[in-house]
Amino acid sequence: MTTTVQPPLPVAPVERPPSGLAGDFRAAAVVCHRELLRWTKDRRRLLAGLVQPLLWLFVLGTGLSRVVSVGSENVDFRTFLFPGVLATSVMFTSVFAGVSVVWDREFGFLREMLVAPIRRTSIMAGKCFGGAIVATAQAVVLLALAGLCGVPYSPVLMLELLAILFLASLSLTAFGLLLGAKVANIQSVMPVIQTVITPMMFLSGALYPTSGLPTWLAFATKVNPVTYAVNPLRQVVFSHVDLTAEAALVINPQLTWNGWAVPFVVQLMILTVLGLVTFAVAVHRFSATE
Amino acid sequence: MEPERLPAIRVEKLQKRFGEVEAVRGVDFDVQIGETFGFLGPNGAGKSTTINMLCTLLRPTGGRAKVAGFDVVAERNDVRREIGLVFQDTTLDTYLSAAQNLRFHGQLYGVPSDRLEVRMRQVLELVGLWDRRDKDVDTFSGGMKRRLEIARGLLHSPRVLFLDEPTVGLDPQTRASIWEYLDELRHQENLTIFVTTHYMDEAEHCDRIAIMDAGKIVALDTPQALKAAIGTDRIRLEIDDAAAAAAAVKRQFGLEASTVGGALVLQVSDGEHFVPKLLADLGVPVRSVNVTRPTLDDVFMNFTGRTIRDAESAPGSEIPGMFRTRRVTR
Repeated sequence: MTTTVQPPLPVAPVERPPSGLAGDFRAAAVVCHRELLRWTKDRRRLLAGLVQPLLWLFVLGTGLSRVVSVGSENVDFRTFLFPGVLATSVMFTSVFAGVSVVWDREFGFLREMLVAPIRRTSIMAGKCFGGAIVATAQAVVLLALAGLCGVPYSPVLMLELLAILFLASLSLTAFGLLLGAKVANIQSVMPVIQTVITPMMFLSGALYPTSGLPTWLAFATKVNPVTYAVNPLRQVVFSHVDLTAEAALVINPQLTWNGWAVPFVVQLMILTVLGLVTFAVAVHRFSATE
Repeated sequence: MEPERLPAIRVEKLQKRFGEVEAVRGVDFDVQIGETFGFLGPNGAGKSTTINMLCTLLRPTGGRAKVAGFDVVAERNDVRREIGLVFQDTTLDTYLSAAQNLRFHGQLYGVPSDRLEVRMRQVLELVGLWDRRDKDVDTFSGGMKRRLEIARGLLHSPRVLFLDEPTVGLDPQTRASIWEYLDELRHQENLTIFVTTHYMDEAEHCDRIAIMDAGKIVALDTPQALKAAIGTDRIRLEIDDAAAAAAAVKRQFGLEASTVGGALVLQVSDGEHFVPKLLADLGVPVRSVNVTRPTLDDVFMNFTGRTIRDAESAPGSEIPGMFRTRRVTR
């Protein structure tokens, strides 16, 4: 490399291709890439995202397994808890990834994105995919611990779990973006998470079986979107774990609407549609505020 | 349509109203390609509101504006592709390195990857940050961040670079070096620069300046012409009865004098030679005499009737300013 005196900069106007659909995808990919860069740089966030699920699984799970009896046979409470904790983990990580748009706004970087010649939809889609990839990647660490919870390392099961987790992450990141659009400043983020996300976790059946609940609690569970992530996860886990019919009734009950057993595919469709609607509303909110 | 032949910026009767507040009350001007155009005025004069409309961040409530040949309302994305922006508040991702910030920007603006690395080196060398390219931005000083933002604003080869108070909050040395970079840029790339400032000395770097006050342009010309127009040296006399002295000056010399803060101020073409005559003929005790060549401060004073500092401390001057930064960032 020569280090001679720089000649005057050659006038180097960069020719840029016209924007179009390809440009929209490229912009979303760039925004998504930034999310991943920030995540890999922030080790504390990575670690913090793992502490809570590990506590749920191995502290709460182990502690409660001695007072919880599931049916007549011995089902490890941690096996029951495993899909719920996976869902809880991606929920917190995804919603937080979406809400991070509040930080982007506070520190000015949102403006850098908003003034670029790209669509708002691209920015939001990039953030969604970035958040979903981060949340799913964190869940992979938990998946590696499946064996300790009595969940078999079946490749099919792992792929099914990952697919559902990714879908749930996309929808939940979109939900986080919507919260971010409404939250005015950083100070309000934690209260919002506490009042919105924590109830969603408790009412999803992630931490206790939804069988035999009082009517009001059963209703709250069924209108909670997170239920439609937790329940499919649990169904695929127990399709790979042998249960007696009696135990299955207690810990893996059918999700029903007014007596109608909601099919597995319909549950995932609900998750998808809710995600798309939330995304559309979030994009609209960001566009409306100029 | 051949954008090259058009002025870089054309503004016609541009207006912006925020509810009751009329922040910009119909301004007209053209900025030629390659020109450095300064917008001078106190906080709240409507400078930032105007720049935000030109950058497509705010929608005008009246009038029209074209930037690089494109309409700021109807062809918003075309305008955005052709402009670079440096804001008052930093818009860098401080968690990322300088290079990562630039790469993000280049990709967002569609700079082809084979050109991006070369161009990144060019702009980083221009602002003297090439050696720090892999350092995280949160380790940078305020001046370095601003330089990095200037580099980023240039990365995609914009036709027009907008800088909103690029030196506010920086120490004098850094301010000077930022203007060096900007001066260098004008010569190297055929770039049009539109800059707002409320530092008078910085306006001297501009080819032309527009003085804005209370939402209107009150003067627009080269700094030299503006100073020549008020033309004259300024004499300031500390005196006991300034009003009476003003009347005497009018009677004896036929000159209009004004009283500012208890002092007598008058303007004549050759101040240094006029003062002895004035003192001899006035016949009242004078505590001190001060003769100054015209500065842009005087130009501002001449057109607005106050100094830029008075204008900034005036009550109500902050009202339109509230809309300056936060409202448009959402």
